[in-house]
Amino acid sequence: MAQENLLVVEDLYLIREDRTILRGVNLEVPRGVIFALLGRNGSGKSSLAYALMGCAGYAPSRGRIFFNGEDVTGLSITERARRGITLAWQEPAHFEGLKVRDYLALGMENPSRERMEEALAAVALPPLTYLQRTVNETLSGGERKRIELAAVYAMRPRLAILDEPDSGIDVLSLDDIGTLIRRLRDEGTTVLLITHRDEMVLVADQAALMCGGEVVRIGEPTEVRRHYARRCRPCEVVEPVEAPGGGYERL
Amino acid sequence: MSDFEAILEAYRRSGGDPSFLRSPKVGSLVVHGNQVLGANEVPGVHMETEELEHGVRVHVQVDPGARPERPVHLCFGVLPKEGRQEILSTFEIGEGAQVEFLAHCTFPNAEKVVHLMEAQVHVAKGASLKYAETHYHGEGGGTQVVPRARVTVDEGATFVTEFALTTGRVGVMEFDYVVDVAAKGTAELVTKAYGKGTDRIAVKETIRLNGPYARGLAKARIAVRDQATSEVVGTTEGNAPFTRGHVDCVEIVRDQAVASAIPVVRVHDDRAYVTHEAAIGTVDKKELETLMSRGLDEEAAVDVIVRGMLQ
Repeated sequence: MAQENLLVVEDLYLIREDRTILRGVNLEVPRGVIFALLGRNGSGKSSLAYALMGCAGYAPSRGRIFFNGEDVTGLSITERARRGITLAWQEPAHFEGLKVRDYLALGMENPSRERMEEALAAVALPPLTYLQRTVNETLSGGERKRIELAAVYAMRPRLAILDEPDSGIDVLSLDDIGTLIRRLRDEGTTVLLITHRDEMVLVADQAALMCGGEVVRIGEPTEVRRHYARRCRPCEVVEPVEAPGGGYERL
Repeated sequence: MSDFEAILEAYRRSGGDPSFLRSPKVGSLVVHGNQVLGANEVPGVHMETEELEHGVRVHVQVDPGARPERPVHLCFGVLPKEGRQEILSTFEIGEGAQVEFLAHCTFPNAEKVVHLMEAQVHVAKGASLKYAETHYHGEGGGTQVVPRARVTVDEGATFVTEFALTTGRVGVMEFDYVVDVAAKGTAELVTKAYGKGTDRIAVKETIRLNGPYARGLAKARIAVRDQATSEVVGTTEGNAPFTRGHVDCVEIVRDQAVASAIPVVRVHDDRAYVTHEAAIGTVDKKELETLMSRGLDEEAAVDVIVRGMLQ
């Protein structure tokens, strides 16, 4: 295992409800890059994100996860977060009664209003308005998504797993998201960018393509994007490992 | 330290700001056990008190049309480990008046303290009364608190109350409010409590919408853990045309705690519309994991979620 890789995933299998969701995923994410993980709906991207974060029900049945040279496969979410891993959820949770300012402060080592305002400004939300808002259902999906990204940015993690950061955000604002992702990297955070939108891959330094629970291609973002656009078919079925291939085309 | 200073310190620890209880510009009443330690009237707000064997009788009169600039602060407490305090109160809110009360009830050292609050409240036509009550019972679980109120809301009047017992132990709480609302009147009851250890929480909220276009909301937010129990009965009656009411109860349960919710909806007029929702469950997994992914351990994450719900 090369030490310059911040994240290394070795032969990872995940079985949920008798279905094999991940089947031997191998991945190396170098320190200080934006690494895009591209794939269609159902290809296993979000499941991999939850497995990397250590979410309940996503413990791998086989394989190992190394972070910063340490085997973190058996660690809890909290232990992983304290080592510098965090996840921006595709559909972020709502919290009754929790103010945005308190939500942002949760992950910050030394919470400061200045840093919170900077984080909200980075996702194009007026800080004075939003710091007082509550992270509840009164926020639109797009607002909640931006606050999730702001919370990750405020945390300054070593590894930010961004699960579909562009979903629920209007097309005109996609540049904001791209800018934020680059800013994360430039300020020292390694980014694992999970997306099904091929144009998002262009913000990345490296990319991989997932299909049917496997990483099937790793390379330059433009090359991976080209393969995805031209050849990838919907992941209709994720079959058990023992069964023959399902209704998708192998690359 | 005098009793007055001691009760102010307890008031501060329960979340109140003692400076309001010293200010001549702020209406206030301070009661320790059966002693009235301080009472300050402001224009339009009158308070009569009478010391009883085990408590105090209080009559609060707000003049018609009076609109005090600042909330009136009430502080009731028992500092010894044992005691009984009965607060027998009447509130008469005059026509068109607008007033807000902030009450703190504090029993920080309670090992065997009974606090009985028996209130008769009348909110006259077009008046508005907001009554927020915060309790602190210490960490021993030795308090029995029985807040009872019978409230009459006249035509076009508003009654809003929030009862919170979310810090420290509850002990035993038997909350029982009944509100009758006349035409175009509004009543909103919000009860929040966090039970731990062997605490026992019983909440009864009843709103009777008796006049046309009356509105009512009975809302409860309860969290219980360890071996605590809670039972919430929220009742709303639509007894007149075009009344609108809602019963809303959310309870979070952890460990071996037990919670129940009984929303009761009664409609006596086919033009009334009364709804209810009740949810009891453990902490939402996604909320929990989101907070843990920011570095909080499970215990701290649960605490953030529960305290958010009880905000």
